[in-house]
Amino acid sequence: MELFRLVKPGLLTTVQDLGRFGFQKFGVPVSGAMDKYAFAAANVLLGNKVSDACLEITLVGPELEVLNEAQVAVAGADFSFMVNGDFASMWQMLNVKKGDAIAFSGSACSGCRAYLSIRGGIDVPLVLGSRSTYTRGGFGGYEGRRLKAGDVIRTFAPRQFLKTTRVMPRELIPDYEKEFFVNVTLGPQEDVFMAKGIETFLSSVYTVTSEADRMGYRLDGTPIERKSATEPLTDALTIGSVQVPGNGKPIVLMADAQTSGGYPKIATVATPDVSRLAQAKPNDKIYFNKISLTQAHTKYVEFIKMLNQLENRLIKQKV
Amino acid sequence: MFSSPKYSPMGDRALLVRFGDTIDLNINSKVHALCRAIEEAKVYGVEECVPAYASLLVYYNPLKTSYERLVFQLKDLEPRLEKIGAKMRGLKIVVPVVYGGKFGPDLHNVAKYHNLTEKEVIRIHSETEYAVFMIGFVEGFPYMSKVPGAIATPRLDTPRLKIPAGSVGIAGNQTGIYPCESPGGWQIIGRTPLTLFNPYAKQPALFKPGDHVKFKSITVKEFETISRKA
Repeated sequence: MELFRLVKPGLLTTVQDLGRFGFQKFGVPVSGAMDKYAFAAANVLLGNKVSDACLEITLVGPELEVLNEAQVAVAGADFSFMVNGDFASMWQMLNVKKGDAIAFSGSACSGCRAYLSIRGGIDVPLVLGSRSTYTRGGFGGYEGRRLKAGDVIRTFAPRQFLKTTRVMPRELIPDYEKEFFVNVTLGPQEDVFMAKGIETFLSSVYTVTSEADRMGYRLDGTPIERKSATEPLTDALTIGSVQVPGNGKPIVLMADAQTSGGYPKIATVATPDVSRLAQAKPNDKIYFNKISLTQAHTKYVEFIKMLNQLENRLIKQKV
Repeated sequence: MFSSPKYSPMGDRALLVRFGDTIDLNINSKVHALCRAIEEAKVYGVEECVPAYASLLVYYNPLKTSYERLVFQLKDLEPRLEKIGAKMRGLKIVVPVVYGGKFGPDLHNVAKYHNLTEKEVIRIHSETEYAVFMIGFVEGFPYMSKVPGAIATPRLDTPRLKIPAGSVGIAGNQTGIYPCESPGGWQIIGRTPLTLFNPYAKQPALFKPGDHVKFKSITVKEFETISRKA
């Protein structure tokens, strides 16, 4: 069913789900929502599956004309979400009707990415097992590209509408501070760096540059010292890999990361912190905090459990 | 090759197994053998394996298995790798290429770097048979080796922001082909009209590790004819 027509596309609006798994050996990036927490929240608020496709909105939001009655939710960065010219609540289920206008009046007041979910999920074809858009390769999502004016978003034949309003409790709504810690585990090529280099990495402040996109975040700050200039052999990269090119300034790889590369990798960002980093904007400041693998696994398990239990923690009220 | 594989964590969801630190067919076949062994044994908790030149990245679900258990299980497979073998399809693939000109803006650099003529570079590049060691970077990109020392050339100092799809490049003793437009620092010596990756095909990637590739010099007119057919 046709639900929305894009009046304005926004800066970078794409269809994303949890990602494309099992094809990295063919060089296919994982893609998927950059911030898995806000993405999952947007779905759960509508009783969707956590994996249902949503719109990922970046910095400047789109304008949408509602073509048919729908239930929607917006979670993540605050871009001043509006319905028919009035401010509307994020992090909760909303009903919209034919002819309504959805807009985002401000650029990101806090955070970098928001997720707009639709009850029933967005209907785009599965490509290699996922509905995520991979723009560089030109496949997945909406015709393999970012959305443009005139595009029509469809949903699967609507499930029954929810009869209760669902709201995220305040304590589960993150603040996207402009300065924050990012947990990392060291390795796997920390031997390429001098002890001093690792110390620099863990004790310096790094600033997000304007070269920060779905592929990776280039950071600026004190260069990380290395033992020699020789590059290690090309090997696999992962989302969260922190690679250090010749200039010593780290690059954190994000959702659309290339599957392999030849720069040495000093550390890997913990999975929950990748989602937090996805909300960082240029000029935000980051401190890397070393944790052990055991600590990382504890945090990972807590994160996944929290995503799975979000549904139970929502405030549900009869309309 | 290392005397025994080195295991290390790579973040909270992946384990890196390193067999060596050089581009070498023996090392690479161990990588693919382990990949195959893990996939066939359906090791519990493993989600995805990504082979590279001399290492295998093994993704796992920390809710289903632990790093220590996985290392133990993979070490158990080690003595059997020789026997399991990589069993790669080993197709011979001929790749038509227009060398030089606007299709290969760095052919001139490579020739100059080695004090050769462009024709000599083309002859050496297209006479050599290359093995595909891994697919990576972007979808369908074949990492191939070994480029003869006579034309092996380091990467560009400043990577290009846009390299057209089909571009054939050299980086040290490796040669590769860019399947889609992307940034990159390899020395671009030519371009092929072949499609390297089609997400809608049953076999999305044209190349697989273990394939053997030879390049064939073609004219711009031939390039256009093949492009039109595709």
